[in-house]
Amino acid sequence: MSKEALVHVEHLTRYYSLTCAVNDVSFDLAKGEVLGFLGPNGAGKSSTMQMITGNLAPGAGQISIAGIDLLDQPKRAKLEIGYLPEQPPVYRELTVDEYLLYCARLNRIPRGRINSAVATAKDRCGLGDVGKRLLGNLSKGYQQRAGIAQAIIHNPAVVILDEPTVGLDPLQIREIRALICELGREHGIILSTHILPEVQATCTRIQIINRGKLVFTDTTTGLEQRMNATTLIAGFHAHPDIAALQQLPGVDRVEPLAEQRVRIHYNGSNPAEALIEQAVTQHWRLHEVTPERRTLEQIFIELTCSEEHETISGVAS
Amino acid sequence: MIFTIAGRELRSLFLSPLAWSILAVTLFILAYLFLTQIETYISLQPRLAALEGAPGVADIVVAPLLADAAVILLLITPLITMRTISEERRNRTLSLLFSAPVSMTEIVVGKYLGVLAFFLILLGLLALMPLSLLAGTELDTGKLAAGMLGLTLVVAAFSAIGLYMSSLTEQPTVAAVTTFGLLLLLWIVDWAGSSGTAGSSALAQLSMLRHYEPLLKGLFNSTDVAYYLLIITLFIGFTIRRMDATRLQY
Repeated sequence: MSKEALVHVEHLTRYYSLTCAVNDVSFDLAKGEVLGFLGPNGAGKSSTMQMITGNLAPGAGQISIAGIDLLDQPKRAKLEIGYLPEQPPVYRELTVDEYLLYCARLNRIPRGRINSAVATAKDRCGLGDVGKRLLGNLSKGYQQRAGIAQAIIHNPAVVILDEPTVGLDPLQIREIRALICELGREHGIILSTHILPEVQATCTRIQIINRGKLVFTDTTTGLEQRMNATTLIAGFHAHPDIAALQQLPGVDRVEPLAEQRVRIHYNGSNPAEALIEQAVTQHWRLHEVTPERRTLEQIFIELTCSEEHETISGVAS
Repeated sequence: MIFTIAGRELRSLFLSPLAWSILAVTLFILAYLFLTQIETYISLQPRLAALEGAPGVADIVVAPLLADAAVILLLITPLITMRTISEERRNRTLSLLFSAPVSMTEIVVGKYLGVLAFFLILLGLLALMPLSLLAGTELDTGKLAAGMLGLTLVVAAFSAIGLYMSSLTEQPTVAAVTTFGLLLLLWIVDWAGSSGTAGSSALAQLSMLRHYEPLLKGLFNSTDVAYYLLIITLFIGFTIRRMDATRLQY
């Protein structure tokens, strides 16, 4: 591996009594990566994150943070972790400043740098003008920001955010996304979310977890390619010649649709160019060529639902 | 790191009205008891003056005051300790501590010291009452010191037990009730032990009251001190184990 792995997870498994929450999950996170964790409710996202941050003991497997084993040297490893759980862990009776000061001390920031660390964290999370207010009186959005500020205050190598944009207004969501992208340059970030466009907007790599198993891992660019269609929709005013279409280079299958349109499945090179050329020479009266894009949502549903069917049929057989 | 956690604990206590009202009510009652003891002393004084080696203020005023103080502390300790861990568990703020570079021992000892600091403030204020007698009369400071040491040990043991009970549940009230039950049981367990049989003397050894009384009389016995230190270590150890186990939840 050319890049140093900030988080290295190997064969992580966790049972809650007989329910398997996380089943043999392995992955790496490199510096400068923003890893998006997707999955339906109860898929094991939060459990995995809790294990990486030392809030939950793994049943089996290995976790190392910046090359330090979490179970052997928890204190040293945790210095490199910033964690925002699902509910921001804020003390309602403290002010934002007091809270961040406490977090800074808790994370062993040297005395001389505490004030600047608190100021930077506040600045980054847009908490500048609420420093003197009680956390209990602030809105959910501000509590969430304080939670994020707490996670990045000690400049950790890895920042783990469990649903960081829940409860924020659209403007705040944009700010937080920008913050995540900015942090992603110097740190490794793992974030979990239900909001699919968020993943596409912020992450460099995506993992989908379902029923405790990793079912999909790819970079966002790889995902782009997957989403980039392997199908074209073509519409003709004349009746389309299916057999001739099938002869085009790269075409797999042609599926007739209503209103003289066809869906062309292909693999490899895009046959659009050849199609248009043919259409002109053969007078097919082509009026529409649309590359079909699969959305992340489709991929997500495909992966999480098909898996379910497989398990169900597996149980049945 | 321990002191950072202890400091926050103490601070949070004083940020809620609970600590202030407990301080106020406790000190009011203790002051009332103190004044009635002085009244008794004054009424007894003519007869005491005639006696050779008569009991002094330390015996007639300070010892009963400290004995009553222990009972009052038995009632209020559960109220102070109940929130320490259970509330963090309920508000999900524990993960802040768990993902910070601190060990479980530091977390638990930090919280314990925070609570203990509150009680030391209370005891400090309480000690001012007998010390004020120095202005008008002679006071056996040795006896007072032994009594205060005893009360500190009692409260330290109470807090350790309360902390452990708080780590068992998410409900502060449940923590308070169980703490109170256990403390009361440990206090009165020697009532059954007064019959004098072998089994009953073992029960008497368990009683907190039995180990407190000699100190009130100014009798410093290392067994008594060891008893309290054992209770404190035992319950802090239990708490650490219990907190470690939350990570293992099944």
